[in-house]
Amino acid sequence: MTQEIKFLQGNEACLEGALKAGARFYAGYPITPSSEIAEMASQRLPAIGGVFIQMEDELGSMAALVGASMAGAKAFTATSGPGFSLMQENLGLAIMTEAPCVVINVQRSGPSTGLATKPAQADVMQARWGTHGDHAIITLCPTSVQECYDLMIYAFNFSERFRTPVIFLSDEIVGHMREKVVLRDDIPVVDRAFPQCEPNQYKPYKAGDDKVPPMAYFGSEFIFHASSSMHDETGYPNNTSQNADKVIRRLYEKIYDHRDEISITKEFETEDADVLFISFGAAARSAREAVKMLRSGSIKAGLLQINTIWPFPDEKVKRLALRAKVVLVPEMNLGQIINEVIKFSCGTPVFGINKVDSTIITPLEIVNKAKEVLQNA
Amino acid sequence: MPKNIFDYIIEDRLPFFWCEGCGNGIILKSIAQAFADLELEPKNIVVVTGIGCWGKADDYLSTNSLHVTHGRALAAATGVKAVNPNLKVVALMGDGDGVTIGGNHFIHAARRNMDITAIISNNFNYGMTGGQYSGTTPEPSFTATSRYGSVEPPFDICALAKAAGAPYVARATVYHVNLLERYIKNAIQKKGFSVVDVINICPTYYGRFNKLKSPVEMMSWLRDNSTMKLEDGNIYNNRFAIGEFVNEDKLDFSTKYAQLQNNARKLSVQLEQDLSGK
Ligand SMILES: Cc1ncc(C[n+]2csc(CCOP(=O)(O)OP(=O)(O)O)c2C)c(N)n1
Ligand code: SF4
Ligand SMILES: [Mg+2]
Repeated sequence: MTQEIKFLQGNEACLEGALKAGARFYAGYPITPSSEIAEMASQRLPAIGGVFIQMEDELGSMAALVGASMAGAKAFTATSGPGFSLMQENLGLAIMTEAPCVVINVQRSGPSTGLATKPAQADVMQARWGTHGDHAIITLCPTSVQECYDLMIYAFNFSERFRTPVIFLSDEIVGHMREKVVLRDDIPVVDRAFPQCEPNQYKPYKAGDDKVPPMAYFGSEFIFHASSSMHDETGYPNNTSQNADKVIRRLYEKIYDHRDEISITKEFETEDADVLFISFGAAARSAREAVKMLRSGSIKAGLLQINTIWPFPDEKVKRLALRAKVVLVPEMNLGQIINEVIKFSCGTPVFGINKVDSTIITPLEIVNKAKEVLQNA
Repeated sequence: MPKNIFDYIIEDRLPFFWCEGCGNGIILKSIAQAFADLELEPKNIVVVTGIGCWGKADDYLSTNSLHVTHGRALAAATGVKAVNPNLKVVALMGDGDGVTIGGNHFIHAARRNMDITAIISNNFNYGMTGGQYSGTTPEPSFTATSRYGSVEPPFDICALAKAAGAPYVARATVYHVNLLERYIKNAIQKKGFSVVDVINICPTYYGRFNKLKSPVEMMSWLRDNSTMKLEDGNIYNNRFAIGEFVNEDKLDFSTKYAQLQNNARKLSVQLEQDLSGK
């Protein structure tokens, strides 16, 4: 089988991945540095029978995704900081109604409208906790154009498999750089499980052992109620405390029980690493380069690259941190993922490498910090 | 197959949780009657609701439904309709839900001409949260957050819908039930964005705050203050103008988008041939 090889921008690769995964609906509101995704979606989707719609704002975009998802489409959107903030309301709606969909946030420098065209990685905790209430969330982070394509397919797969929104946390650097990408065919595409019972027996929120309820679509023989408010297996309101406890825990556990299936990380030279970098997105690229530079100077460095940042890969961090002398966490913010790392570092000292001037953390900056820390260790 | 209202309303879920004398039941019955008269299949209907007293109407329905966040019913309905234009999509919203917090979605759904029917229970206040003023509260009304009388002019929902381009716009009250049923039926049959502004009574809050002491008094108030003659359509010149204000034919979003999809298919085939040098 010949697989297409292209030279694409990260944002373009996201769209290719989405189409490969079967996406047929996009609703969004343009914002730098994500707009290329909307523009390409508007061209490609209608030609394959899909729908692109430019909504009046991101509140509406996210709500439209939920409607489209319930009508049976694989749905997605792309945005950045200010738009991602507006999406938080109905991201919660997608969680509560269990509407599979994918939300791409190409991170830019904030707060507020901030430095619109410049990169940052400061929405890590917003991705985890931006929408109110107890909830679990899956968040994937690409470090390259190839990963934009690959992980986008996984993002849709996870959303379909677990009936949940998935956040695709890219950044301006990865989104706008151009690299070679193989539009591979070897990642199997997953579709939501359709109910197997009789239509009149169908309960839209009755889950089996895996805690994920099978999903019908509007217009099928399976009539159903989906609700933003507390509901039981039938989809109709049930405000008892027992029910609330059951629902909130199931929504959480359907993701946390399957974290092994969801967790994607990559390790570079971690086997014997004294200096362990833990990073994600654009910063992980520099960290990987720093590993090479340090190794050539005979300092044993290694990198744990986190692609699934939520749920956080705590077991993996524990295992690797235990063996290292120091752990360093480069990230383009004032310290977000480092707090998770510290929780699981098993006493190994952890240092941040942080930058918020909207320029990338360079490999040399990482190397220098590693040497400084080692000297004092 | 001939239908009746209990093909859409779940009898076991009655009585309604709404207050005694609330007009919501009248609207819901009119909607079920319209579904029945049109012999719609419940599986082909999607009722989208927002948050509010009226937003709980779907609790009693056996059709498909999607109960969403406050103000976003039309945006969610837009997603449903865009994916499957064959579904009958009906959005039930309060005056707060539909044209205050959701005002932006309302004007844009109308502008886009989504084939959705919006049925607004316009009770001039936020019933669900204790009777605060909304974007349609007449001036100067007394509400939980306007104890000295409101000083903000209200939206006229029909004028707003008309200006935004909706091809079907009508107003009735819960007193004028025959008219209400007829307008709802016409709205559902209209291909395009249709709006029925239903002047409703909230005896518990709006009535109590504004010296309309009982449901009966509120109903008399609707009877005595409604007119089908007001030419300027302004409902707030002390009288509620009721009637069909717009009823025209206009291509809806999905019809135009299907055409766009055809063009896109042809163009992309052409583009590929050009690129491969054929
Ligand atoms: C974002 C948000 N803000 C506020 C609320 C609280 N709230 C719930 S219903 C409602 C108003 C309902 O009024 P309306 O839409 O007119 O419906 P009614 O209860 O009068 O039928 C408000 C303010 C909410 N649920 N969500
Ligand atoms: S508060 Fe008002 S709108 Fe709500 S149920 Fe009671 S009467 Fe009806
Ligand atoms: Mg109201």
